Amino acid sequence: MDLRTNYLGLELKNPIIPSASPLSEKISTAKALEDSGASAIVVYSLFEEQITHESGELDHYLSLGAESYSEATSYFPELEEYKTGPYEYLDHIANLKKSLEIPIIGSLNGVSKGGWVDYAKNIQDAGADALELNIYYVPTNPKVTSSQIEEMYIETVKAIASKVTIPIAVKLSPFFSSMANMAIRLEEAGAKGLVLFNRFYQPDFDLEKLEVVPNLQLSSNWEMRLPLRWLAILHGQVNLSLAATSGIQTHIDVIKTMMAGGNVAMLASELLKKGPKRISEILNDLQNWMVENEYSSIKQMQGSMSQKSVADPAAFERANYMKTLQSYSL
Amino acid sequence: MEIKRKKITIDGNEAAAKVAYKLSEVIAIYPITPSSPMGELSDAWSAEGGENIFGTIPSVTEMQSEGGASGAVHGSLQAGSLTTTFTASQGLLLMIPNMYKIAGELTPTVFHVTARSLAAQALSIFGDHSDVMQVRQTGFAMIASNSVQEVHDIAAIAHKATLESRIPFLHFFDGFRTSHEIQKIEELTISDLKQFVDANAIHQFRSRAMNPEKPFLRGTAQNPDVYFQGRETVNKFYNQTPEIVQNAMDKFFELTGRKYNLFDYYGDKEAKRIIVIMGSGAEAAEETVDYLMKNNEEKIGILKVRLYRPFSVKHFIDALPKTVEKIAVLDRTKEPGSIGEPLYLDVVTAVSEAMASDEKPFEKMPIIVGGRYGLSSKEFTPSMIKSVFDNLKESKPKNHFTVGIIDDVTFTSLPFDKSFIIEDPHATKCMFYGLGSDGTVGANKNSIKIIGEETENYAQGYFVYDSKKSGSTTVSHLRFGKNPIRSTYLIQETDFVGCHLFVLLESFDVLANIKKGGTFLLNSPYSKDEVWDHLPKQVQESIIEKQLKFYVIDAIEVAKNTGMGGRINTVMQTCFFAISGILPKDEAIAQIKNSIKKTYGKKGEAVVQKNFEAVDSTLANLYEVKYGTEVTNQNAPKPIVSEKAPDFVKDVLSQLIAGKGDDVPVSQMPVDGTFPTATAKWEKRNVANEVPVWESELCIQCNKCVLACPHAAIRAKVYDKTELENAPETFKFMDARGYKDGSKAYTIQVAVEDCTGCSLCVEVCPAKDKTEVKRKAINMSSQLPLRETERVNLDFFLDLPEFDRTKIRVDNVAESQLLQPLFEFSGACPGCGETPYVKLVSQLFGDRLIVANATGCSSIYGGNLPTTPWAKNKDGRGPAWNNSLFEDNAEFGLGMRLAVDRQTDYAKELLTKLKNEVGVELAEAIISAPQKTEEEIKLQRERVSELKAKLEKSSNPDAKELLTVIDYLITRSVWIMGGDGWAYDIGFGGLDHVLASGKNVNILVLDTEVYSNTGGQQSKATGLAAVAKFAASGKGNPKKDLAKIAMSYGNVYVAQVAMGKSDAQTVKAFVEAERYDGVSIIIAYSHCIAHGYDLKYGFEHQTLAVDTGYWPIFRFNPDNVKEGKNPLKLDYKGPKIPITDYIYTETRYKMLTKSNPERAKMLAELAQNQAEEVWKSYSHLAEQDFSFIKNNENQ
Repeated sequence: MDLRTNYLGLELKNPIIPSASPLSEKISTAKALEDSGASAIVVYSLFEEQITHESGELDHYLSLGAESYSEATSYFPELEEYKTGPYEYLDHIANLKKSLEIPIIGSLNGVSKGGWVDYAKNIQDAGADALELNIYYVPTNPKVTSSQIEEMYIETVKAIASKVTIPIAVKLSPFFSSMANMAIRLEEAGAKGLVLFNRFYQPDFDLEKLEVVPNLQLSSNWEMRLPLRWLAILHGQVNLSLAATSGIQTHIDVIKTMMAGGNVAMLASELLKKGPKRISEILNDLQNWMVENEYSSIKQMQGSMSQKSVADPAAFERANYMKTLQSYSL
Repeated sequence: MEIKRKKITIDGNEAAAKVAYKLSEVIAIYPITPSSPMGELSDAWSAEGGENIFGTIPSVTEMQSEGGASGAVHGSLQAGSLTTTFTASQGLLLMIPNMYKIAGELTPTVFHVTARSLAAQALSIFGDHSDVMQVRQTGFAMIASNSVQEVHDIAAIAHKATLESRIPFLHFFDGFRTSHEIQKIEELTISDLKQFVDANAIHQFRSRAMNPEKPFLRGTAQNPDVYFQGRETVNKFYNQTPEIVQNAMDKFFELTGRKYNLFDYYGDKEAKRIIVIMGSGAEAAEETVDYLMKNNEEKIGILKVRLYRPFSVKHFIDALPKTVEKIAVLDRTKEPGSIGEPLYLDVVTAVSEAMASDEKPFEKMPIIVGGRYGLSSKEFTPSMIKSVFDNLKESKPKNHFTVGIIDDVTFTSLPFDKSFIIEDPHATKCMFYGLGSDGTVGANKNSIKIIGEETENYAQGYFVYDSKKSGSTTVSHLRFGKNPIRSTYLIQETDFVGCHLFVLLESFDVLANIKKGGTFLLNSPYSKDEVWDHLPKQVQESIIEKQLKFYVIDAIEVAKNTGMGGRINTVMQTCFFAISGILPKDEAIAQIKNSIKKTYGKKGEAVVQKNFEAVDSTLANLYEVKYGTEVTNQNAPKPIVSEKAPDFVKDVLSQLIAGKGDDVPVSQMPVDGTFPTATAKWEKRNVANEVPVWESELCIQCNKCVLACPHAAIRAKVYDKTELENAPETFKFMDARGYKDGSKAYTIQVAVEDCTGCSLCVEVCPAKDKTEVKRKAINMSSQLPLRETERVNLDFFLDLPEFDRTKIRVDNVAESQLLQPLFEFSGACPGCGETPYVKLVSQLFGDRLIVANATGCSSIYGGNLPTTPWAKNKDGRGPAWNNSLFEDNAEFGLGMRLAVDRQTDYAKELLTKLKNEVGVELAEAIISAPQKTEEEIKLQRERVSELKAKLEKSSNPDAKELLTVIDYLITRSVWIMGGDGWAYDIGFGGLDHVLASGKNVNILVLDTEVYSNTGGQQSKATGLAAVAKFAASGKGNPKKDLAKIAMSYGNVYVAQVAMGKSDAQTVKAFVEAERYDGVSIIIAYSHCIAHGYDLKYGFEHQTLAVDTGYWPIFRFNPDNVKEGKNPLKLDYKGPKIPITDYIYTETRYKMLTKSNPERAKMLAELAQNQAEEVWKSYSHLAEQDFSFIKNNENQ
């Protein structure tokens, strides 16, 4: 059975990749994922805010109260060096690269075209085989137009693409007026792949303290419908590798992803819940399904149910919406 | 071949430490201002692997006191390591016993000392020779340095000479003036030092070390038969030492070209009038001699004393011109009751002995007078030096004079002409006024380094800080130019003034020293077109009169837009270089950026980038202001203190507040260091941009904000509504809870002019608006619009009657906060974690409180002039406060208890004798009165008042006698307060003794887990895994469990509290401790600026500290045992969340994860285990059954 696929120009033994999550924080867990059959691993994200924030905080608090009073012109010892930048992250990438055989995909999470773009190069130098750029941006400023936001995405990708030679995948939010157009523009800007989609973790309210609190909910299976649709629409329209993420839990989900046109299926919540061994279960199920249904390779099914390959292309458009509503009518 | 040495721009402490470190193998220290940086630098170098001349890394150890440090030095020397230490002031005094031993055993070492005042009528951290003069009899050689370069050079000379002479050396230089002055100097290389010291002498030193292979015994006890002879054996070593030092100086000259002598003469070779002087003042004196000689003053000179002990009469006499007729000897110390200060006496003796010898070096005996100058860093300026020379012109010059002050009591002072200014016209002088928090000093230190190291200029920087820790102002003095700079005094005439905060124009005469045509740079919220009319009258006048070039920039806006927050340092530094033209603009910007990279690079690229952005945005926002010839602001300056203030505040303290303390004459100073309390309220500092505003409709009257406020700037009162009749229009109130008849009103009032804007109160406020949850019952709002109305409201509020103390349940948090605080408006840091506890003591027991306060933060914010926070109630009662020393505070407080007990007993004895005369019932009631509750105390006060009235009418001598001690019949609450440096380290021996005393004293340990006042050195209270100075790699040992030690006595009340976690437990603990008839100790978690986070979250951190098990809270009350109960009650539930959830919210822990992540992880695991073990251990103790005790009693 040929499970091989190609993602961002990387030849992978199968389409299952653990997505950016705490699963890659420990070498031992990453190794377990590899042993279970993961074909590559996206390392947890290096956050732009984390880099700038930590550096700013350290400077601020090390100098807070200093040079104000003659007996205490400082409050902390002057240390030789601080690992404030991405060093810990880069060391981790290098260690993963040393310990694992499968490709390592670094992940940068940011919103601006600042000095942090340099870190993309650092990630490459640390040994990453590819880079996932996670542009996590919640546009709250009413004065910023959608075209300005789109431009920021494009410029960021351009800036990073000019710094690195490894392939870049862009992890996007689904909130674009013209997703297909964005996909093409990102390709032109230098992206080699898209990861659909970023999940915005929505905050919750604590009613006792009357405070807004972060609340992480793992993804549910129904959440894969959105990426599935867009994989199907984009497949064949862009010359990009496509990855689906969110809600993928079973071999059936992987198969759907492939048929919609995905190159790989990314999992996190399912693995966080059930552990690294879940990959081998899914791979087994996948192979059994393929045997039962007489598929010989993954490539054979990739894009087989994309918009351009199905009998009813309108199923992915407005007509599909109307049908859904009608199916609810009593 | 000429060696090219590096030019570096450093301060005196670093100059000394650089040499001492390289020439030592062991360093044992204890932090004390102003010497602490020498130890800290050594520790940092050692941590980085810095090598000494032997190619190994010196070991640096922080001890528990200077006594301990000197003991460790002595031991290390005896066991064969070249050893040094750094100290000052009281620290040096604590070393005296070991200094005798070290000298008596002819042991080479060098102690580097930043000479500082001693605590006498008051403590002072500033510079003079009071400390070093107290060790001149120990047998140590003493050698003085006068400038930063000399500190560097003479340190090396001292290390060489001690090895060759076997006499230990004390190398000293003036605290702050030299220790903290930054100068450009030539650095000695490690190879210089290696070839300079005598390897053979080092080998001999090692051969004398204790060694079981070649055993000997040192430190015998000697008897009348031989001790005397033994003492005289050392003479020959002392006799040789001056020559050894001179030889070392000569060799140093060969090495570096810098010439020193035991006594260096400067001036006319045929001088008739000469000043003899030691220390930094000699630099200003040399500069003055130069000026006076160029301006036709004839035949004058100065003699600089370098090797003060052993004092070589021969070298001294040889150095003096034979023509000398009159000598003024200047001492920077005072010895009350002596016939003269030490250097004067030495000079008189030396000249007399020489004149009595056959050689008779002078034609006739010169007239020698002595004088005192410069105590506690008092300025010593050319005008003062000139006045000393002028005095010598007199046929009978004034002797035993003072210079630099106005002594209108015993008339010792010489007059001096303040307008005599001799600033080098070829040098550029710049002054900068800023806030401590805005980074002004740091930027100026960088500027001095740029100028010193990137140009040919000589450079000098000196920085003056004020006495408060919140909203403190700084004044930077920078000089640079082609000539060496010897002006060891503040700038008197400046070319440039930078004012980094607009409101400082109101409190300082910032343009007082600027010269005509000078440049004035102002950080202004007003534009170039608007700013003029906002300038105070005095500033407008100066600008016009002196025809200044005037520039403005809105640095706060530039800083905000470039992500710099409130740090305007980089913006103002860029302006300075742009305007001053010291360097071409592009080069200056490149150098600033280079310096930014050096300063911030290791903290991350993001910080560097935002600073770069600030530099790049600055010039476009810098404008020259064009002004006319008209003063448009006619408003007179506001009075410094209110007209209502007491005379002493108006006449004396207000001058200190205005920065004119130098003009206060002797007659206005208290003779014995006694000052009135309740003076802080007159110094309206207005340091907060934003202050809390009370929203009565949301308030639930919990009074948590009042409890938390570190500065007593939020007050609560419950009072009769009839009092509101004349309330100001904006005065807020609401119905007081618990009065169903609606007769009482409740008000929270903010003292907006005294608030420091920390917003701790807002964070602790639990009441939120249901329609807009961010709005609480207390919210921060801009201070300026509120200032006038709230001043009136505060006055009205303070005049409202206080709630009757006898009606308050004092162990209830909300009610306790209706008690008037008698500790208010201190100079503590914004958000201080100590002062809420201190204030609580003042509320609960203030009207009968005496306090022994250990030196440290609490003695500084509690007792540093100009104004002090301990206050009085309307009856004139309040805490009586005293600070003795750092190390003796527990004993000091115990002494107070002993005196109070003795005087109380005496008063009762007298009253017993007078029983029949005053009435048996009254006498017995007084003698046996219980005084535990407020009600009981009130009744006793009434009885004592009645007794007083009777006694005053009596002619019985016993009645008169009783009147002198009658106040002791009212119970007194003795509190011993201090920080962890005192309780865990330097004062622990005394504290332990007091714990064991059984006496009724209350001890409050304000535990910040670090030496806060001296800048964050580790103490034994520092937590495992925390980074502190001397624990740069994270403290590897656990914190001492002081509570458990105290509990081990069994009869000591012990509480560990964290107000932020449980205010109820805290208040209960304070009340129980005070009521306990025996020793009580409360160890109070005190968040601190040295922990590295925004202190408005202090209470949140306290909660985390308890919930992680990091800081257990409990009470151990021995009285419970009598009832068959376990004395220990745990007030926490053990570690509920991981310790990292707490510690990594604070820089002191977090920084280790950035510098050494592996060690951070390892230590964090140990800390977690420790928290769990502590919980198990305390739980075990708390679970023990004590019921058998009661059963035993019943049997």
